[in-house]
Amino acid sequence: MVITIGVLALQGDFARHQDVLHSLGCDVRQVRYRHDLDGLAGLIIPGGESTTISKQIDRNGLREGIIALARERPVMGTCAGLILMARESADDRITGLNLLDVAVTRNSWGRQIHSFTTPLEMRVNGQREMVPAVFIRAPRIQQLGSGVEVLAEIENEPVLVRQGPHLGATFHPELTADTRIHKLFLEAH
Amino acid sequence: MYLYLLKHFKTTKRIGNDMEKGSFEVKVGLAEMLKGGVIMDVTTPEQAKLAEDAGAVAVMALERIPADIRKDGGIARMSNPEMIRNIQKAVSIPVMAKCRIGHFAEAQILEALEVDFIDESEVLTPADEENHIHKHDFKVPFVCGARDLGEALRRIGEGAALIRTKGEAGSGNIVEAVRHMRTIQSAIRKLTVLDAAQLMAESKALRAPFSLVEQVAKIGKLPVPNFSAGGIATPADAALMMQLGAEAVFVGSGIFKSEDPPARAQAIVEATTYYTDPEKLAQISAGLQAAMRGLDMSEIPPEERLQERGW
Repeated sequence: MVITIGVLALQGDFARHQDVLHSLGCDVRQVRYRHDLDGLAGLIIPGGESTTISKQIDRNGLREGIIALARERPVMGTCAGLILMARESADDRITGLNLLDVAVTRNSWGRQIHSFTTPLEMRVNGQREMVPAVFIRAPRIQQLGSGVEVLAEIENEPVLVRQGPHLGATFHPELTADTRIHKLFLEAH
Repeated sequence: MYLYLLKHFKTTKRIGNDMEKGSFEVKVGLAEMLKGGVIMDVTTPEQAKLAEDAGAVAVMALERIPADIRKDGGIARMSNPEMIRNIQKAVSIPVMAKCRIGHFAEAQILEALEVDFIDESEVLTPADEENHIHKHDFKVPFVCGARDLGEALRRIGEGAALIRTKGEAGSGNIVEAVRHMRTIQSAIRKLTVLDAAQLMAESKALRAPFSLVEQVAKIGKLPVPNFSAGGIATPADAALMMQLGAEAVFVGSGIFKSEDPPARAQAIVEATTYYTDPEKLAQISAGLQAAMRGLDMSEIPPEERLQERGW
């Protein structure tokens, strides 16, 4: 059966996630209204500006629906999406969803001139493999709860984490042709 | 408690040496993150905060908004670095700034200030009437204006990571942005139906790099994001440009020349997300006061049209 994955489409690079999910054979629904969350097998919160997406979530009444979905279905956040999923972002401009027990700081590598690409070693289920990663004005994960598993890190810091079915990346797997992280997300279904 | 600091975290190998900064991929990456958003012109830290609170994805720091540049006359240059720094301190979202067309020294200064995007802009007085900046030389991404596909591809050839319609800045009149977006989109559609042998002639007609013409013919869109600027003054204007194919919008004079900047800024942000929902657009637009007055194109003599700057 083909599953339908939602991509939060309030702002950001949601179309890039949609392309990846289509390539993996999923149906995709862009989520802008509360009712768009009904019946989804999972949700991706994309990259974009976390302040913008946070405000749009509340202005358009999506907060409770996303939190309710996350109790039953996997959610993945990339960059801004991770910031929104975090328990804490130390920034009163953001109201987090508290789906991942991590504390993050925004734009922690510096302004755009410090954005970078790098290969990453991903460790999943005992396997180690290299994946390409694009970091754009990326956040850093500063604290981890005990239930959070680190799947990849650079410079001793986690950049890809998993807690139960949920995934969070400080980078943008949707900007590369490598679909392994999206596949990992779909396996949680 | 159950949290622990990362310095106690057991680590594997260090990979940081393979980091690459300033690549074209990373430049376009930031443009991707701005999609579906509104970039607002601001002249003070207070305006920048207002823009951020309204939900802007970025601000453009400049000393005078285009409507005032048009009114004041004189030479319009890069903004004072102090003013840009103060805006960078005031907000957490990306800060863009403008340099004059061809003025690579201004661009170098903006890069030293670590602005997140440089707009090589026709709104400022051009410094070079022949050459635009060779933008591949920079680590900071550039956005450039375009009126047609050839102009867009020439800028991308020079290294622009983002294209916006020129429209007519400071006019509050959407007609030129519409013209430019429709011109670009129909030229792209035409490329997708030409056969391989016709692409060189089309490249000649467009005065555009052949490799980029081939790429557009293949993928059916620009190889970098395509935003709209130059005349957006209302939520409906933003919705119009998004429906015509813009992937985000710049609003220059439209917000701070209106009677209700905070409400209008937020309404344009909402309209850029819900651009296909007329009922929501009606609701968003209902409480607003007067938009900026605006200018009919017949009130702007051809020699004063900002869109004519650059080629």
